[in-house]
Amino acid sequence: MEKHHRRNQLLTLAAVALLFTLLYLASRYLSDYQVRILNNTAIFVVLAVSYNLINGITGQFSLEPNAFVAIGAYTSALLTLSPAEKQLSFIIEPIIWPLSVIQVSFIWSLLAAGIVTAFFGFLMGFPVFRVRGDYLAIVTLGFGEVVRVVANNLQRITNGPLGLKALHNYTNLWWAWGFAVVTLFFIIRLVASSYGLAMKAVREDEVAAEAMGINAFRTKLLAFTTSAFFEGVAGGLLAHLITTISPTLFTFFLTFNLLIIIVAGGLGSTTGAVIGAALFSFGGEWLRAVEEPMTIGSLHIPGIPGMRMVVFSIILILLMIFARNGIMGRKEFSWDWLIDRCRLARVIRGGGK
Amino acid sequence: MNFQLFCQQLINGISLGSLYGLIAVGYTMVYGIIRLINFAHGDVVMMSCYFAYFGILMFRMPWWLSFLVATILTTLLGVVIDRGAYRPVRNAPRISALITAIGVSFLLENLALVMWGGRPKPFTRPEMFAKVYTVGDVRILALSIWTPAITLLLLLGMLFVIHRTRAGLAMRSVSRDMETTRLMGINVDRIIALTFALGSTLAAAGGMMWAMKYPQVNPFLGVIPGLKAFVAAVLGGIGNVVGAVLGGFILGVAEILLVAIAPQLAGYRDAIAFVILIGILIFRPTGIMGEPLPE
Repeated sequence: MEKHHRRNQLLTLAAVALLFTLLYLASRYLSDYQVRILNNTAIFVVLAVSYNLINGITGQFSLEPNAFVAIGAYTSALLTLSPAEKQLSFIIEPIIWPLSVIQVSFIWSLLAAGIVTAFFGFLMGFPVFRVRGDYLAIVTLGFGEVVRVVANNLQRITNGPLGLKALHNYTNLWWAWGFAVVTLFFIIRLVASSYGLAMKAVREDEVAAEAMGINAFRTKLLAFTTSAFFEGVAGGLLAHLITTISPTLFTFFLTFNLLIIIVAGGLGSTTGAVIGAALFSFGGEWLRAVEEPMTIGSLHIPGIPGMRMVVFSIILILLMIFARNGIMGRKEFSWDWLIDRCRLARVIRGGGK
Repeated sequence: MNFQLFCQQLINGISLGSLYGLIAVGYTMVYGIIRLINFAHGDVVMMSCYFAYFGILMFRMPWWLSFLVATILTTLLGVVIDRGAYRPVRNAPRISALITAIGVSFLLENLALVMWGGRPKPFTRPEMFAKVYTVGDVRILALSIWTPAITLLLLLGMLFVIHRTRAGLAMRSVSRDMETTRLMGINVDRIIALTFALGSTLAAAGGMMWAMKYPQVNPFLGVIPGLKAFVAAVLGGIGNVVGAVLGGFILGVAEILLVAIAPQLAGYRDAIAFVILIGILIFRPTGIMGEPLPE
């Protein structure tokens, strides 16, 4: 392992360089619609990888990412709008003071989104991790609901059900994929570190982990806060991609999509989360076909809006019944594995001659 | 707040609470027996509303016949869900069963959306429930009296089934130890199916009263009662049928009274249940009437 370390680093660098070259080509030659899908993919990669950190790696089945994305999106949006724009938006009740005059650049707003969300995640962690298993799922689901209700009611901060409109569409391929690469780098390193090992230990057997001197509560809190930070920034990116946010955007629906992604990819595998996110973003677009009106010969089938979610729900149930481990299981991609595969293929081909 | 207003709100609270309680019984029975949060329970409630709606509107049935048919269909739906989705994952890790339940919930919501559209449909209250009684200055909708009455009646019926019939004995036995029960020659799958059937029957009763209370039907109407009924079940001590109804009453009354006392908090109504849930889980995780759960 050790001796390949340098080679693997170089390969990773080359892969990132290749990714950005492809992105450059994409930004030049692809249509707006296609670029939009690529942006979505990057944001979903960030969300899925960080959601997987708590659900898959640490094994704490929680259902709150919609809350984190909402907090991040609102924070970032409120910080980038100019005071004049905010005055125009808040027609029912004026926005509260410091927010009414603050305006920062996009990058600072993203950072603030991450920090504010991480702070909320940290605070939420204390009551949430007093419970486990099924109860954890329902309490975190409840938190998601509470955040939505609060966003609907804090008229002077969130503009209530009206939401925030006319955000600048700062999010482009560079921001989205740049942040996706940063997130991946950070989370892969975190999972490989001793903190990551502690998280996996807590997943396998909390009592045994405690006996080995791991503070399970602190480990869970670390995973939760980290996950919140990245989901918060992703929320900021999402807000500046779709440019209009309102509480209805951050329902359980969003969490459900992420859940499908990480389950399909394989709970506990970062690689799986990335593959799941890519499949979901592209698959979701292909599936739009089932929602469009179709004409086969003389037969005319009218479009069925919402059919996509029916298909996704069925996929999720079937996955649970027939392919519980998803695509990757808990395995991760590594350069060593890939090179071994290539060698093996060469040996087999050589043997065939 | 004067006394009359208080009485009126109390009656509203009890009526709403008994509705939560009725739905919570279905949750608590399923959780008690197979340790699964049936996320789809609220959506079963929603489906029952649609069945009743179509019975009255499309097939021009008298309301009681439509309600009866809807209850039967909902019961069947409960059994089908258990057979199609939950039984195949019964021996899988708990987390898989939980994810399956979330999948079923989403499937029902989106099937309803695809089949019947997202626009709310008006639900007419039958004459019998729409009457308004006036006592002093307090105005009471007949439905507000019927709801707790029907809930208590069904609760008694359920207690009878659980404690006085052979099937009930088998149910209690499965909840204690599924493997041993199987070894005793009891068809565990049938008993679990029966539990789902009974829970769904109660969900249907709750659903139709819900549809009459807020006289409209939409694909997502099951979400809020579903979540709140779960909170009620936890509040009462999960696995305990009487506790579930009690939890429902407490939740309903707390919600209505809080809004009555502090109207400025009305927008936060739906968040109250979760605040209570977190409080309960921190201070008394087994609920009011619950026995300690093994970890």
